[in-house]
Amino acid sequence: MEMPAPSEFVLSRKADIVARLQEVLPDDAVIHADEEVKVYECDALTAYKCPPLAAVLPASTEEVAAVLKVCHEMGVPVVPRGSGTSLAGGALPTADSVILGIARMADVLETDYENRFIRVQTGRTNLSVTGAVEEEGFFYAPDPSSQLACAIAGNIAMNSGGAHCLKYGVTTNNLMGVRVVTMEGEIIDIGGAHLDAGGLDLLGVICGSEGQLGVVTEATLRILAKPEGARPILMGFDSNEVAGACVSDIIKAGVLPVAIEFMDRPCIRACEAFAGAGYPDVEALLIVEVEGSEAEIDDQLGKIAAIARHHNPAELRESASPEESALIWRGRKAAFGAMGQINDYMCLDGTIPVGELPYVLRRIGEMSKDFGLDVGNVFHAGDGNMHPLILFDANKPGDLELCEAFGAEILKLCCEVGGCLTGEHGVGVEKRDLMLHQYAPEDLEAQLRVKDAFDPKWLLNPAKVFPIATTASRRAA
Amino acid sequence: MLDTIYTDAESALAEDVRAAHDAGTPLEIAGGGTRKALGGPVQAETTISTAGVSGISLYEPGALTIVAGAGTPLAEIEAALAVENQRLAFEPMDHRALLGTTGEPTIGAVAAMNNSGPRRIQAGAARDAMLGVRFVDGRGTVIRNGGRVMKNVTGYDLVKLMAGSWGTLGVITEIALKVLPAPEAVATVALSGLDDETAIRALSAALGSPYDVTGAAHVDGQTLVRIEGFDSQVNHRGPALVAALKSFGAATILTGNDSDTRWVDIRDVASFAGRDGAVWRVSVKPTDGPKLVTALRPLMPVEAFYDWGGGLVWLMVPDAGDAGAAAIRAQAAVLGGHATLVRAAPAIRAAVDVFEPEAPPLAALTARVRGEFDPKTILNPGRMRG
Repeated sequence: MEMPAPSEFVLSRKADIVARLQEVLPDDAVIHADEEVKVYECDALTAYKCPPLAAVLPASTEEVAAVLKVCHEMGVPVVPRGSGTSLAGGALPTADSVILGIARMADVLETDYENRFIRVQTGRTNLSVTGAVEEEGFFYAPDPSSQLACAIAGNIAMNSGGAHCLKYGVTTNNLMGVRVVTMEGEIIDIGGAHLDAGGLDLLGVICGSEGQLGVVTEATLRILAKPEGARPILMGFDSNEVAGACVSDIIKAGVLPVAIEFMDRPCIRACEAFAGAGYPDVEALLIVEVEGSEAEIDDQLGKIAAIARHHNPAELRESASPEESALIWRGRKAAFGAMGQINDYMCLDGTIPVGELPYVLRRIGEMSKDFGLDVGNVFHAGDGNMHPLILFDANKPGDLELCEAFGAEILKLCCEVGGCLTGEHGVGVEKRDLMLHQYAPEDLEAQLRVKDAFDPKWLLNPAKVFPIATTASRRAA
Repeated sequence: MLDTIYTDAESALAEDVRAAHDAGTPLEIAGGGTRKALGGPVQAETTISTAGVSGISLYEPGALTIVAGAGTPLAEIEAALAVENQRLAFEPMDHRALLGTTGEPTIGAVAAMNNSGPRRIQAGAARDAMLGVRFVDGRGTVIRNGGRVMKNVTGYDLVKLMAGSWGTLGVITEIALKVLPAPEAVATVALSGLDDETAIRALSAALGSPYDVTGAAHVDGQTLVRIEGFDSQVNHRGPALVAALKSFGAATILTGNDSDTRWVDIRDVASFAGRDGAVWRVSVKPTDGPKLVTALRPLMPVEAFYDWGGGLVWLMVPDAGDAGAAAIRAQAAVLGGHATLVRAAPAIRAAVDVFEPEAPPLAALTARVRGEFDPKTILNPGRMRG
């Protein structure tokens, strides 16, 4: 993976840049010693590392603006960072960049239950947003699996999803307003506690822009009343085709579960060995969860079970208690850890039209043989968001490259069948060079022009999202 | 490149826009023509129609996805969905009665104006249901963004940007939409005789309950809460809501036509249709709805009703002077929100800002974005700009 060569000019001015940053921030908020900036050398995509020139930890929107003004004036690239949990390398620095960490801004600014929103500083973690409102019976819906650690800033940058977005949507559907600082250091409020935009929907394009359009320091988030209860049903099938058809039939029948999770045999076996959740040894496993009162849940699970029976399930297990629910979820929740137990793995995030599921799984199986790497599939089947986990050995020379090549082929396949490269993790550096498989050059050009409008000097997280050859002239300008 | 029934029509449309770009000819984009009187009057002699870019090119009920050309009549889409017992969840408003127009509303216009009705509070706006678009920008280039899958964070989300851009960034040619199952049952819990402020408190209580409310309005002295789902759900949630709202009075439960027609009327602003007066649509936070109306009453004759739990205020004021623009905008600024002039005499629409003026830094950013898509300002000039 190629990153642009750092600017010698910027590198040579490190002392000046640090001094200017120290003028606008408290001493302990500017990190510049070599051994200390190393902390920021990567995010959760640990295959790639590069210590930044410096890192700053502003404690207010005004400090963020001051930092950006300095960097803008001095021509220094800025890489915004939430909690550093990106699986796509969204917060990977270059040697000439300043990491702008938002971790010191984690306050709740306002909670309003009557109007059903919360306003927070974006360094706050996803789970602690729900933590701030759950006593009143509310929650914040997007639930990425890193929710214990990941920051709202990163959720907004990547438009994060989670297991429950079939019903509740992803970040963009739950984000009502932001306070954003442009690269020039201008503070702009967009949206708020009211719904929809009065003019162009710039909020919609900021969400998911991977920190390339501005630094979001505050967010107004929609909160929802917690459902009365939730319970899953587990189903095992002898083929992926049949499981896929069952998903489609459930949806067509008008049931809208909060989650439909799908695991294939390699993944089921790994999870069972790791977590002992009592999963059957079948080709495909579905976990479907519905919400409501006890009676409503019984009724919906009954409908789902009836549909499943048409497909001759090898196993059908309706949860009747919180303990049984926990057991059904235990294996699924341990999926990544279980695969990690076997070997190093790379987690992909392509999305496909739900109807293409059996074909895509079959092709992945064939490719697995061709590449000689095992792969387990676990994914959000209701919305087609796949998470193939490719196993490889990081200590074996060439294995990472082989794994990346395999991953790229899977993502190209996702695009070919009408899907996309990434459903919830973001492009970052990881999938940057595959963008032309999904989009034509003129489609990307339209996106680059949006960045031109927000960040004319291309200083904010500049080497991400787009193939670097397509952005070279802009970054150099 | 897609190959659909409207591929050639899209190419021809792009050709026309390219020619207009080269010649600097402003264009007014026309769909079904039922909403021509919305927004600022367009300063263009030449019309470009999306009528040819019409038809459903893909519908997968099991994937909850439909893809159609922008010129497709909304009725055609709704009919196709009804066969599979599905629907557009965002419940787009039909403007014909309010604006006194005829013709067939198209899906392109629904997308271009981010047109959402009562269910917006629960199921999201049109922009939330839009999975992908194709559009022709102001240079005549066909651009695709998003796709037809429900989760997609690949690159920038220009789909949201196009939703609600009123044709000023590009001529939308195709839209991929998420659809949802139509419910087995619908019911409305109704309270009567509440003043505005109390009514909004009741709606907040309903929306803060776990009963998954899909409509919350206060109109003509009635406070209405809608629930939808399977029979078993509606049978449970209706009485549960009546109990939860007991402190606001004795609620009744409406079903069938009694329930359905009310939401159609709310969606289409039936109270103000066929009557004289300028109509405003104001989005504020729900508890600010009654405050807005209370502040305006001493300043002008005003009729009001509330959707979105109080957050969407429909106002009717005298269609004269600035149609109340200065006063309404001043209040919206104090409360935080935005006001759009939906119906007024052409001279008034030409004289006042139809859309909420933006703070200078946001306005500058918006102008730069617009310039990137339509550098010669040939697309619907005047529609969004004051």
